[in-house]
Amino acid sequence: MLYWRSNQLQSCIKGIQYPMSSSLLSANKLTCIREERILFDELSFDINPGDLIQIEGPNGAGKTSLLRILAGLSRPYDGHVEFNGDCITRCREEFYEHLMFIGHLAGVKGELTAQENLDFNLQMHGDNCDDIDGALASVNLTGFEDALASHLSAGQNRRIALARLWRSHAKIWILDEPYTAIDKAGIVELEKLFINHIDNGGAVILTSHQDITIGADRLKRITLDYNFY
Amino acid sequence: MNQPISYWQTFSIVLKRDLQVAVRNKGDVFNPLIFFVIVITLFPLGIGSDSAILSRIAPGVIWVAALLSALLSLERLFKNDYNDGSLEQMLLSPQPLFIMVFAKVLAHWLLTGVPIILVAPLLALLLHMEEAAYGARIITLLLGTPVLSLIGAIGVALTVGIKKGGVLLSLLILPLYIPVLIFSTGAIEAAALNMPYTGHLAIIAALLMGA
Amino acid sequence: MWKWLHPYAQPERTYQLATKLLPWFAVSSFITLVIGFVWGLAFAPVDYQQGQSYRIIFIHVPTASLSMTIYMAMATASLIGMVWQLKLSDAAAAAMAPIGAVITVIALFTGSFWGKPMWGTWWIWDARLTSELILLFLYLGVIALHSSFEDKVLAGRAAGILTLVGVINIPIIKYSVEWWNTLHQGATISKLEKPSMDTEMLIPLLINILGFALLIAALTIVRFRNEVIARNTMRPWVKELVAKEAQ
Repeated sequence: MLYWRSNQLQSCIKGIQYPMSSSLLSANKLTCIREERILFDELSFDINPGDLIQIEGPNGAGKTSLLRILAGLSRPYDGHVEFNGDCITRCREEFYEHLMFIGHLAGVKGELTAQENLDFNLQMHGDNCDDIDGALASVNLTGFEDALASHLSAGQNRRIALARLWRSHAKIWILDEPYTAIDKAGIVELEKLFINHIDNGGAVILTSHQDITIGADRLKRITLDYNFY
Repeated sequence: MNQPISYWQTFSIVLKRDLQVAVRNKGDVFNPLIFFVIVITLFPLGIGSDSAILSRIAPGVIWVAALLSALLSLERLFKNDYNDGSLEQMLLSPQPLFIMVFAKVLAHWLLTGVPIILVAPLLALLLHMEEAAYGARIITLLLGTPVLSLIGAIGVALTVGIKKGGVLLSLLILPLYIPVLIFSTGAIEAAALNMPYTGHLAIIAALLMGA
Repeated sequence: MWKWLHPYAQPERTYQLATKLLPWFAVSSFITLVIGFVWGLAFAPVDYQQGQSYRIIFIHVPTASLSMTIYMAMATASLIGMVWQLKLSDAAAAAMAPIGAVITVIALFTGSFWGKPMWGTWWIWDARLTSELILLFLYLGVIALHSSFEDKVLAGRAAGILTLVGVINIPIIKYSVEWWNTLHQGATISKLEKPSMDTEMLIPLLINILGFALLIAALTIVRFRNEVIARNTMRPWVKELVAKEAQ
């Protein structure tokens, strides 16, 4: 359920606790300013289990900025993001156990093989990686396990990054343009995975310039406009 | 299933990965070392081969060369990871930041500091360094080069988001390196004169702890 | 304290306050500096050892002592900016950095000009001079960081961290150089022994220190106002202000 909250003055600096709610993540009066342009001002919304949210808007509207703020990678000019009623800067490690973020950059090291890349990323999230090959198989990378990532194509590198979704136990998935460089069959697979994830009480927030074929009944949208000021 | 992993595991996973990446990218390891050797050979060529002068300036030369080569390799600490997005992924993992940073800094030191310490005896011969100063030089390098990596990490962290951060990095970092330089060369000179230099070492060790 | 400060966390209010304060600082610094300089240069007695050349003290000592004070003020502003996320505090730190750098340059040059007749050399590597030089490098580093980030908030944070690291570094450098000099025997030139100063010289000197402090405050306010405006160009109150100015 998505709604606008405007009158509640909460501040994570002063340490006022927000009452426990059912939402996974809530954005609280987020303001973002880039290059002297207000991308969004006092944006508030909640992300609940079962939400599939698409952030829409033209280039430069602040979609990536919003996703990075939600993931705690950049700080908003004003406002804050809450996880479990606590500001994410104060419960970083707990929050990141429940978050999977895949951004514009694949985060795949060219010097490592597909398997080593996935292995490292999973280990950092405390996954004991018993079935790396299986995870790579689900993104169609069977046979490329021991190839250096720098020898693989852009799409295959993306797939190495996305393979983690099949192993992820995180509740919140934040995905910036997950369909980039992925072929049609791959997109169908991904969307199946998304539906499965939200049916199991997870939430997906994503941006995409491709059409999302998931039914409108499941998909919620947040639209950011391009503001000149 | 997901299980919380210990600090030590996090540390070794990150360390192993950084070393693995570096081993597959050998130029990154050897170029700063070759630079270090070349800078040192420039001094006898520029100043003349008078062994009295060379042994007088040897500690300073070795340390300045070590500083510059550390600077050259520092960007690699975070920059490549930043550019391909893997730094971002590490930041997003539910592990304490300082453990990851510390592992990366240790990897950097193993790949740049240790080789310098290994080739330094050879270069000391080229510079006719006093034999009494050998021990001091090894110990100061052993204590001092990790300080370079640690202080450098602060500078790289500040400039990693800037596209052309290289020159800026040296502007920020070199003033911070001055105490290490002063005490290390001081210790080596004191040793060459057969004076006690444990005080100097204590301070470098304190800098290492503080950094 | 926080409640009292809170209204000033709004850029508009702070800007108005700065505008109100500016003439006071400007006028008072002008008056004090005129008194200090006239007294110091024309009426204070000639030093029996150094002759007229000692009079550079009336620029050198204020700038040298204030160069460090400005750095501490900048570090305090950065710390507040970091702890309470007060963006105006970062703006204040950004405003101070170039002023501090210029003051440090003045202190170094006047010191050099004074050193030539007194010590017979433009420069010695003693603790005070070296730490002043490093201070200049730190200022330049902070300015460079501020100018290389597009995002002012990020720039403020990065420069703030550097400033605070510098605070730790300056005393270390100072003591390390002091020690270093005792090791390099013979290189030390006896520092100017501080003669007990004539009150006739001391009073104009103190007046000048105050005058320079006020001048720096005034300059900081001017630069601070610019920083505030630059960080809030898209806010309605700035647009109103610009419209008013344009009329």
